[in-house]
Amino acid sequence: MHPPAEPSTVEPPLAGLWQAAWPPLALLAGLVLAWHLVVVVGGLPAFILPSPGRVLGVLVARRAGLGEALLASLAATFAGLGLALVLGLTLALLIQVSTGLRRALYPLLVVSQTVQILAIAPLLVIWMGFGMRPTIAIVVLICFFPLAVSTADGLAAVDPELVALLESMGASRSQVWRMVRLPAALPAFFSGLKIAVTYSVVGATIGEWVGGSTGLGLYLLRSKNALATDQVFAAMLVTSSVSIGLFLLTALAERLATPWQSALRARAGRRPRFPSGAAS
Amino acid sequence: MAPDLPPAGQPPRLALQDVGKAYADAGTRVQALAGVSFEVPAGALVALVGPSGSGKSTLLRLLAGLERLDSGRILVDGQPLVESGAVAYMPQRDLLLPWRRLIDNLTLGLEIQGLDRTEARARARALLPTFGLEGFEQAWPPALSGGMRQRAALLRTVLLGRDTLLLDEPFGALDALTRLELQDWLAGMWQAAGWTLLLVTHDVEEAVYLADRVVALGPRPGRVVLELEVDLPRPRDRGLLGSPSFGRQVGRLLAALGHPSGLA
Repeated sequence: MHPPAEPSTVEPPLAGLWQAAWPPLALLAGLVLAWHLVVVVGGLPAFILPSPGRVLGVLVARRAGLGEALLASLAATFAGLGLALVLGLTLALLIQVSTGLRRALYPLLVVSQTVQILAIAPLLVIWMGFGMRPTIAIVVLICFFPLAVSTADGLAAVDPELVALLESMGASRSQVWRMVRLPAALPAFFSGLKIAVTYSVVGATIGEWVGGSTGLGLYLLRSKNALATDQVFAAMLVTSSVSIGLFLLTALAERLATPWQSALRARAGRRPRFPSGAAS
Repeated sequence: MAPDLPPAGQPPRLALQDVGKAYADAGTRVQALAGVSFEVPAGALVALVGPSGSGKSTLLRLLAGLERLDSGRILVDGQPLVESGAVAYMPQRDLLLPWRRLIDNLTLGLEIQGLDRTEARARARALLPTFGLEGFEQAWPPALSGGMRQRAALLRTVLLGRDTLLLDEPFGALDALTRLELQDWLAGMWQAAGWTLLLVTHDVEEAVYLADRVVALGPRPGRVVLELEVDLPRPRDRGLLGSPSFGRQVGRLLAALGHPSGLA
């Protein structure tokens, strides 16, 4: 009698990951091969461009020092991300609850992102001293913006009719927030979080480069100063892997926290059911 | 068979007296409703028809307590309408929350009222078969067909436990066949459950086919141009649609709404 709507398929969170991963991996493998050939055939010295094999060798040989630096960088990254989450979400809420605050804050948020990180980083070191604090400050500075803007936009895009529906049912303000506004803004929040975590490691590295006493940024700086290009590449490989790992973790968390999104995607994929060429 | 009429002297479930409402649109003041008066007896199915701009949806939103009227009165069982909560309102779009599975969409109103989740789900589950939703309680809303979503929205409204339902174009977004099917289903539900229904539609034939009384609103400003007591036996079936009596009553409404085909 009724067209059978399929019951929502429970998609394993990692399904399709391989399908998405193999084209870039294949391209990457090709590029690494090309890199290897350029170094070997061109006979480039290692301090100009080390071969991929040499970089991997350094990665293994220096794993203790790299590991230590990695842990220090991760500590600063997570501390900065945590503070950026608090700051970004607070700003998003303030922007949402008051139009006056929105007008006052939003432009300043944008201006804050035009500040040159490389110019402000030494100043942060002067103000806060060497060590983790300026590094954390830079991570916060880089990461709070995508979180604040995307979450604020997500909250602003909440369907007012959904809010009216709940009000007609007698919902309180906090119920409207819990049942409608927050879940509605969750996908936008995760979009911001994916950007933030990807930049966070870069932010920590910049902070350590300019004024850190430890971490991958300092490792990079020292390796560069020693013309140990292979170590520079090894450290870059580590920072990139951490960024990619954090991104994937966030994407996984998003899938788990917003399971309805896959139903929406499935619907979007189903939509062109009728041959559209016939009409046009 | 007409529903039992309430005893004389009992106030109607809903009474609108000289209701006026204006709103500002791009700086100009638009009179949405001007002196609208009509009644909805308890247990009756009343349809509100009119072209777009006649203030049908505004009227429902006033009755639902989502907006305040500028003039006139709205009485519920003889008492002034004080706030939202006296009647259940089903908006034009199904407005199922995409982040809730079907069962949790249905219990939304009960949760707001503070009912225990297990109890709320039990109440919803008991009504799933009647609403043709059995087996789909764990489905996400986008996986449901349009007819199912609309029935889910109605079930969510019914679960609020109020027996006066305001339905704003409940069949507007459906394909023609699902629409016919749901009209008959709704009429059956109404007769079985003893609800008082106020149904907004822009489809005059749908109004006559379903309602005891049709209130026709004219546009800009919205006002009552005709109140028609529908003279058709119940239960009704599609065979009535070809009858001269049905055609005459549709014609009267169309004429009142200024449609040329109604003048014949």
